[in-house]
Amino acid sequence: MSIYDFMTMRHELILTCLVLLVLIIDLNLKQSQKHRIIPIAIGLFFIHTVVGFLPAQTGVLFGGMYHTDGLTILMKNILNVGVLIILFQSTTWLKKEENGEKISEFFILLLSTLVGMNFMISSGDFLMLYLGLELATIPMAALAAYTHHQTRSAEAGIKLILSSALSSGILLFGLSLIYGSTGSIYFDTVGALYSNAPMQVLAFIFFFTGMAFKISLVPFHLWTADVYEGSPVNVTSYFSVISKGASAFILIMVMYTVFHSIAYLWKDIVYLIAVMTMTIGNLFALRQKNMKRFLAFSSIAQAGFIMLGIIGGNKIGMTATVYFVLVYIFSNLGAFGVISAISAKTGKESMDDYDGLYATNPKLSLLMMLSVFSLAGIPPVAGFFGKFFLFTSAASGGYYWLVFIAVLNATISLYYYLLVVKAMFINKNDAPIAFFNSDTMTKIGLFACALGIFVIGFWSQVYEFIDAVTFAIVN
Amino acid sequence: MTGSIPIQYFLIISTLMFFIGIYGFLTRKNLITMLMSIELILNSVNINFVTFNKYLYPQNLQGHFFTLIIIAIAAAEAAVAIAIIINIYRNFRSIDVDNVDEMKF
Repeated sequence: MSIYDFMTMRHELILTCLVLLVLIIDLNLKQSQKHRIIPIAIGLFFIHTVVGFLPAQTGVLFGGMYHTDGLTILMKNILNVGVLIILFQSTTWLKKEENGEKISEFFILLLSTLVGMNFMISSGDFLMLYLGLELATIPMAALAAYTHHQTRSAEAGIKLILSSALSSGILLFGLSLIYGSTGSIYFDTVGALYSNAPMQVLAFIFFFTGMAFKISLVPFHLWTADVYEGSPVNVTSYFSVISKGASAFILIMVMYTVFHSIAYLWKDIVYLIAVMTMTIGNLFALRQKNMKRFLAFSSIAQAGFIMLGIIGGNKIGMTATVYFVLVYIFSNLGAFGVISAISAKTGKESMDDYDGLYATNPKLSLLMMLSVFSLAGIPPVAGFFGKFFLFTSAASGGYYWLVFIAVLNATISLYYYLLVVKAMFINKNDAPIAFFNSDTMTKIGLFACALGIFVIGFWSQVYEFIDAVTFAIVN
Repeated sequence: MTGSIPIQYFLIISTLMFFIGIYGFLTRKNLITMLMSIELILNSVNINFVTFNKYLYPQNLQGHFFTLIIIAIAAAEAAVAIAIIINIYRNFRSIDVDNVDEMKF
């Protein structure tokens, strides 16, 4: 193995160097100049994002523990773009007085979790999967408790770390049973040996439970709303978009490559979980008044829709999932970007505060409207195509009833998404949020979302590009 | 010698430990005790891995490696969790879960 081979994991290496660089630069900044790390870190990460799109070599490292191909590189690039938008959007909040000394911590923790997700996406065995998952989770708890003087933030942190530790414990017990019954932890070997022996089915259920905690599928979703509400807004958007996208991706990869021989068993489980996740997520979203909590339940419901892509087990299902994650990044970040811009300037996060927003801040209202239309799946914008392809994949697998339930749920979701639009455009308010100007970086972050929502919907090459690298379930 | 002890004994112990850990996590009200329950769960997994490695697949050492990495990560997890628990204590003056209930349905 030469130095040249190491360039296969270029994404992770550059990102690790970037984290260390931010740490060193921060040490050399004076106390009063800590905010200078913001443009430096964002600039460095922008370079990393651009470099990520350059052609990369693919291959296998460490005897199969780590592998890259076109699909994993594409997924890493999607996540990079999402994180870049989040970094742009978080500048207003980071510049506030209360974050003075710990600005660089935000970047270090956030990028460390991104390193973990990159390793997780590229994992070729369960050990690397577990390592990546933990590297992506542990710093995240520190991020959730970032504003440590706020009781809610601390509460979010402890809820996240305890529930994620329990879920990784359950996942690990499943992995130990997989190791005990097959004698290997490599995806390829395990996938070839897997059968419907009772111990292996049990191992799969433990594994799936652990992963379902991370993606917040319904019986295991109870931590989500509290963590989302308590964390700072930009951290919440990171949870709901990047972390969920990466976990959903690795779940579909493992289901397709490792557990393909018991697909007829897990399809029933996924069916039930998809129905419960969509329905319960939507019903709870109806009664939320806090915008972050509202989007938390909406993101639970969206995770239910992602399950539709998994259950089909065909190539179009995987393409639709990756495409949906891409669309979801832009539409959810658009919504969260508006919330974070308003929260950073005024501290208001309740839906009632948004009454009459259009009169004072028309641009923000329009972006919010676009984003929720995209989340709800209204035709001209990208979200419609995301849902459409997911439904297509489930229907081509013969799951017509599931698609019917999903369409019903999309209708329910339309109601509460329109509540936000109604509040902004129709509701009267004597003292609406006053007009304010965001700084340039936040504006770039918001504009990128609006652009993404349109471009991905209309430019069909995106879908074809994803379709070229995905694969169907192995039979 | 381990050779004289059947593998079932180890597996029964580890399974018991796992479910004692789950039970403790769900019933205990103290945050530190909940963390201890998680350690029980992780250690039951460690016993599982080492036992399977020793008895069934002595030729490859993946189980041992996995155990070492779980121990290391459990330490990191406990460090972050305890840091957050200290933060909870400063904010709430208590580490009882019943008091940490600012956000509910």
